[in-house]
Amino acid sequence: MLLRAGDIGVLLAGGGIVVALAVFAWGGGRGDTVVIRAAGQVVETAALTHPQRFAVDGPLGTTRIEIEPGRARVAADPSPRQLCVKQGWLTQSGQAALCLPNQVSLEIRGHASAYDTLGY
Amino acid sequence: MTHSAIELPVTADDRRIARLAALAIGLTLAEAAIPSPIPGVKPGLANIVVLLVLLQHGWRAAVWVSGLRVLAGSLLLGSLFAPGFWLSAAGALASLAVLALARHLPARAFGPVSLSVLAAWGHIGGQLALAGAWLLPGAALIKLLPVFAAAALVFGAVNGVIVARLLAVPEADRRTPP
Repeated sequence: MLLRAGDIGVLLAGGGIVVALAVFAWGGGRGDTVVIRAAGQVVETAALTHPQRFAVDGPLGTTRIEIEPGRARVAADPSPRQLCVKQGWLTQSGQAALCLPNQVSLEIRGHASAYDTLGY
Repeated sequence: MTHSAIELPVTADDRRIARLAALAIGLTLAEAAIPSPIPGVKPGLANIVVLLVLLQHGWRAAVWVSGLRVLAGSLLLGSLFAPGFWLSAAGALASLAVLALARHLPARAFGPVSLSVLAAWGHIGGQLALAGAWLLPGAALIKLLPVFAAAALVFGAVNGVIVARLLAVPEADRRTPP
């Protein structure tokens, strides 16, 4: 008999340990707040706890930001290339979506910041 | 004319350990030729021999085979006393320590697969502990831990099944002519 009862237990426990290690090592850094800036000034700081919507005005028009529990995105933006909209939902601490033409940015913050500062 | 040659008495045990260690060294060399996507992720084929020796000839013989394997394998690969040698030695030591405890598990429930998986984790644990303390202090290794643990689980299980298959072969068929 190749596999005995305890072997299956060891393999299952091993799989559990691998998954736990993966969550521990890679899962950290989920953000819990979002910082919205317009022209470099912070216009809004919100917790990622309940659904919210913000509209921020920039030189080209209005950027609409959507917040859901645990994630946030730029829902609509007047920028010509739509880069910040195409980034989709942001969840991890340190992630940011920049709508440069409209001078609006969206940044996720967590308990532990992955970087001290980022220059764009 | 005087006899100056010193004859060391060689027991049957010594010959057997030498033969099995040679087998393990051969597997180590063959394995070194296999390209690996991540340094450190290796099948650990020599552990098949160590585990077989443990189950058939006891822990002391397994220590000898494992020690000779690490020493002679690194001699042949040209990495004696290089960082890789110390990592290998730390892994082998930790693996043997784990096996020393794990071999007392009830054999009815825990077969070679359990021993192999636990030994593989001991191996990777010893290597990472030394690497973390000496070569790469810092948090970077934490990110690699799941990769190494998963590789040890898979390769340990595969090696364990191979050992179980080899042990299932009747003794008479297994013995190769000297």
